[in-house]
Amino acid sequence: MERTKPYNRRDFLDGGMRMSLALGLGGVGGLLLSNSTGEDWVWQIDPFKCTQCGRCADECVLTPSAVKCVHAFDLCGYCDLCGGFFLPDANDLNTGAENQLCPTSAIERKYIEEPYFEYVVNEELCIGCSKCVKGCSSFGNGSLHLQIKHDLCKNCNVCAIARLCPSDAIARLPASEPYLVKGDFIESESTRSE
Amino acid sequence: MSTIKNRLNLWGNLILVLCLTAWNATSFAQQRFPKPDFESGYVQPHPTTPEPRALWLEYSDVLVLIIVLALAAWFVFKRRSRRGILWVSVFALAYFGFYREGCICPIGSVQNVALSLFQPEYVISLTVLAFFIIPLIVSLFFGRIFCAAACPLGAVQDLLVYNPITLAPWVNKSLGLIPYLYLGLAVLFAATGTDFLICRYDPFVGFFRMDASFLMIVLGVSFLLIGLFIARPYCRFLCPYGVLLNWTSRFSKWHLTITPAECIDCKLCENSCPFDVIEQPTTSQSIRKTKADTRRFVTYALMIPLLVGTGAYLGGKSHVFMSGAHPDVELAELLITQPEVENDPDNIDVQTFLASGKTMPELVEAAVNIRREFYTGSAILGGFLGLVLGFFLINQVIFSTREIYEPNKGNCFSCGRCMDYCPVGKEPFLT
Repeated sequence: MERTKPYNRRDFLDGGMRMSLALGLGGVGGLLLSNSTGEDWVWQIDPFKCTQCGRCADECVLTPSAVKCVHAFDLCGYCDLCGGFFLPDANDLNTGAENQLCPTSAIERKYIEEPYFEYVVNEELCIGCSKCVKGCSSFGNGSLHLQIKHDLCKNCNVCAIARLCPSDAIARLPASEPYLVKGDFIESESTRSE
Repeated sequence: MSTIKNRLNLWGNLILVLCLTAWNATSFAQQRFPKPDFESGYVQPHPTTPEPRALWLEYSDVLVLIIVLALAAWFVFKRRSRRGILWVSVFALAYFGFYREGCICPIGSVQNVALSLFQPEYVISLTVLAFFIIPLIVSLFFGRIFCAAACPLGAVQDLLVYNPITLAPWVNKSLGLIPYLYLGLAVLFAATGTDFLICRYDPFVGFFRMDASFLMIVLGVSFLLIGLFIARPYCRFLCPYGVLLNWTSRFSKWHLTITPAECIDCKLCENSCPFDVIEQPTTSQSIRKTKADTRRFVTYALMIPLLVGTGAYLGGKSHVFMSGAHPDVELAELLITQPEVENDPDNIDVQTFLASGKTMPELVEAAVNIRREFYTGSAILGGFLGLVLGFFLINQVIFSTREIYEPNKGNCFSCGRCMDYCPVGKEPFLT
């Protein structure tokens, strides 16, 4: 592959340029090394910043979105009249689809004991539209809230939803603590993201 | 209107009912409706929180990249095998493309690097840094073998090179200026924290994920269709990372050679390159050393400061327009120019801002700061583009003598197609 050629001015210049480019790259690399972590980053929604605008359902690169509603059962009041389950003008308080807030009937309501009901989100059906979150936050404990599910999330270099989130609720978290499930962390900690 | 009122009324009723339900449980101050004490032995489920991809897998991606590059170097320099390079690139397409679904890739990592350099609060992860720097260092020694064998975007286009046409040199060269603009814009937008343009307009990542918006699918398909005839159009006329690789590869210590030994000027490789990067030996006619050329050279050299100045001026002028891409600036502009949007309940951004408790002066101050960053950034971008144009012009009047067929070290992807065309060393098969 090497041709036997005398070492000329061209080779000298090339060598010099190569050296300076290598030094430049090394400089950039070194500078960034001081601002780097061995850990990876993932995207997550801060439920206390989220304003339930509904963009998570539409703006994710995936269809359906990697954003799902999770239920922090510790915070749930197990109400019969659930603000996250029923439409405000529901005809009847039964599980008929016409009474449900969820457009895909992803919330399953189960009788536990008088007068309590359990609400479980079926993530296969959930599209992350946050309608139930709005209902639950406005009229209940706010136990229903959105999270990015990391088994689905492609961890895009920049989250397509984060760019359009009106309340800047989506930020990167260290991959070792990838969730902000309500109850596991408290509101005063919500500033720790970003 | 009446339905809205109706609705509010019903919500009111609902609240009332809910409050009554929780009448006997007001001791718990934090929650409106405290969790009941169940008597039926109910076991509470837990929300599922699946872990993200394991860290060691992220590091193994870097290892895979290194192995792929090493294999590619071996196939280019030792085995001189186009077939080998092709299969490595097919693997890279499968692994980095369809398995890893395009993220993270060195092309996009340019933006992470820019953002982390200009906004130190953005901490970059080691894997991203490795993905940015390894292909560049490798190209300092072996040329752009990353493009040939490790880039999934390159591979998907390379496999679809069907009947490449030769572009007129001036078209080829002029279109080759676009990546500089794209790189400059991408760095500017990333450094100001506005957007990651390269990732957002990646035409092929939709294929890898089997999911993309209609427009991006149209863009991706058209790139592939154009690529049937104009080989690897994204790589040649858009790829911003290609600009950096071009710079490093130009001074690479070793580079793919068409011939394994001594070039015999047989012209067999002349049309073998689908990307038009093979440079022919110079003839006495092609080397023009006329007085007019010397004059042009001097003129262009003197024009460089002028071009840089004009570029910087125009760049600075465009900063207001450019900064409009930043969401904060956009929102501030909207609220100032059209204050009536405050009453538009469908404008989510405006309504969220109004409800957030942030004041208008705060927003304006943030927007002004971003615009100031854009002023500096756009001026530098303009100056940079002026410099690129100046060197582009100078290159048109610099001729170097060449006795053999050689690939242009800056533009060559090291795909190895030309090696198969060279008869040197294959004499037994010729007879």
